[in-house]
Amino acid sequence: MAATDRLRPGVGGLTVLLSMASPVPAATLPVDNVDVLYHRYDGGGMVIDGPSVLVRKSAGPQVSLTGQYYVDSVSAASVDVLATASPYTEERTEYSLGVDYLHEDAVLSLGFTDSSENDYDAKTVHIAVSQEFFGGLSTVTMGYANGWDEVGMVGNDGFREDADRRNYRLGFSQVLTRNSLLGLDLEVITDEGYLENPYRQNRYLDPGDATAYLYQPERYPDSRTSTAVALRGLYYLPYRASVRGEYRYFTDSWGIEAHTVELAYVHGLNARWSLEGSLRYYTQDAADFYADLFPYENSQTYLARDKELSALSGTTIATGAVYEWKQTAIPGIQRLQFSLLVDWLSFDYDNFRDVTARGDYLPGEEPLYSFDAWVTRASLILEY
Amino acid sequence: MKPQRHARPRWLTSAALVLMLTGCSEIKPWVKPYERDNLADPVMSLSRHGKADAYMHHVYQARESARGAEGGSGGGCGCN
Repeated sequence: MAATDRLRPGVGGLTVLLSMASPVPAATLPVDNVDVLYHRYDGGGMVIDGPSVLVRKSAGPQVSLTGQYYVDSVSAASVDVLATASPYTEERTEYSLGVDYLHEDAVLSLGFTDSSENDYDAKTVHIAVSQEFFGGLSTVTMGYANGWDEVGMVGNDGFREDADRRNYRLGFSQVLTRNSLLGLDLEVITDEGYLENPYRQNRYLDPGDATAYLYQPERYPDSRTSTAVALRGLYYLPYRASVRGEYRYFTDSWGIEAHTVELAYVHGLNARWSLEGSLRYYTQDAADFYADLFPYENSQTYLARDKELSALSGTTIATGAVYEWKQTAIPGIQRLQFSLLVDWLSFDYDNFRDVTARGDYLPGEEPLYSFDAWVTRASLILEY
Repeated sequence: MKPQRHARPRWLTSAALVLMLTGCSEIKPWVKPYERDNLADPVMSLSRHGKADAYMHHVYQARESARGAEGGSGGGCGCN
């Protein structure tokens, strides 16, 4: 049985695609490079790992091309899967192509990505323009992406649904002093179409037996609009180190509000080695149509028991070590950077109960669910 | 008894001074290109790890309802 709890592409795919243009500070094109990443997520019964390879190559002084290959290999036995299905494995593969065009103080970026797995396909196009002004102290970026998803279902060849996603971004960054930067980002995302998961179920009290519950398919609205605004600041300390602070506010048409706060510190040990650490806290409240246990079958128009739509909070403690070698002795390589990053994530749910918990619990009295996960990333960037 | 003075924040005084000095003239970029060494240091990058940074946005979008405005570009350009 396929996924009920994977790292879905969808908007995440948009992020990956849009990020192809992200290292582009306005008015300069990125250096030719190869970016190789191994990523692994392990927690909550899910193990997702795989490689990512990105190659960037300039074509003349004004054009830079990128191509990326990315894989998620999924082994799933999460609480959702165990409640109503059987553990499974599957793979998602993603290809992306992009081009950046430099014209005076502006960079125009175009991109396309294609993500596929056995029951989900997503295609996205993206355009962004980044304009630098005020002597390079200010940068404005505008971006737009459009995604077309096809939702299938393993074991049901006749099932096919669509979801369209639109993504609008506006960013502003400002150099405040010779040691500080400020960034302000606004992003609006709209989704239309089939937004639920065809496998996921929600539960309701069994009318024939109040000590038991039954499952029914989830049913979501066919549109969603979200707005996120974030402010982040970066400050260079009197020694070779930096501190970063971020705050993000999020709200959407499903009644969810969320806050994210992050503090990070990077410490240069010497010219080549640096260490970093960060602390992140996230909290959200529940979607209007979410319930852990519905009182009876079809008790309301929309029904969701996706734990990501529950009220929850999450904490991340991140650490990393970076080795950077400029003007390397390796032929053809101008700069090398190797990073090993290990993050510990912890999530606590305020209204999602663990139906797999051992013991005799009445419906709605099971312990609240929580889990933690380790995310490991090994990254090698070679500039040539 | 000596009357207590209300201390005016130093930044407010500085801002007022800047406005007076600039008057109607054009405000010039106040950090010169040769003063941007620290800003160009990789420890000041919001996307130092390239795809590894984008991957974390992907992880959070899968585990949380919030999405968007993740930032992450070198100059805070907002394109990621």
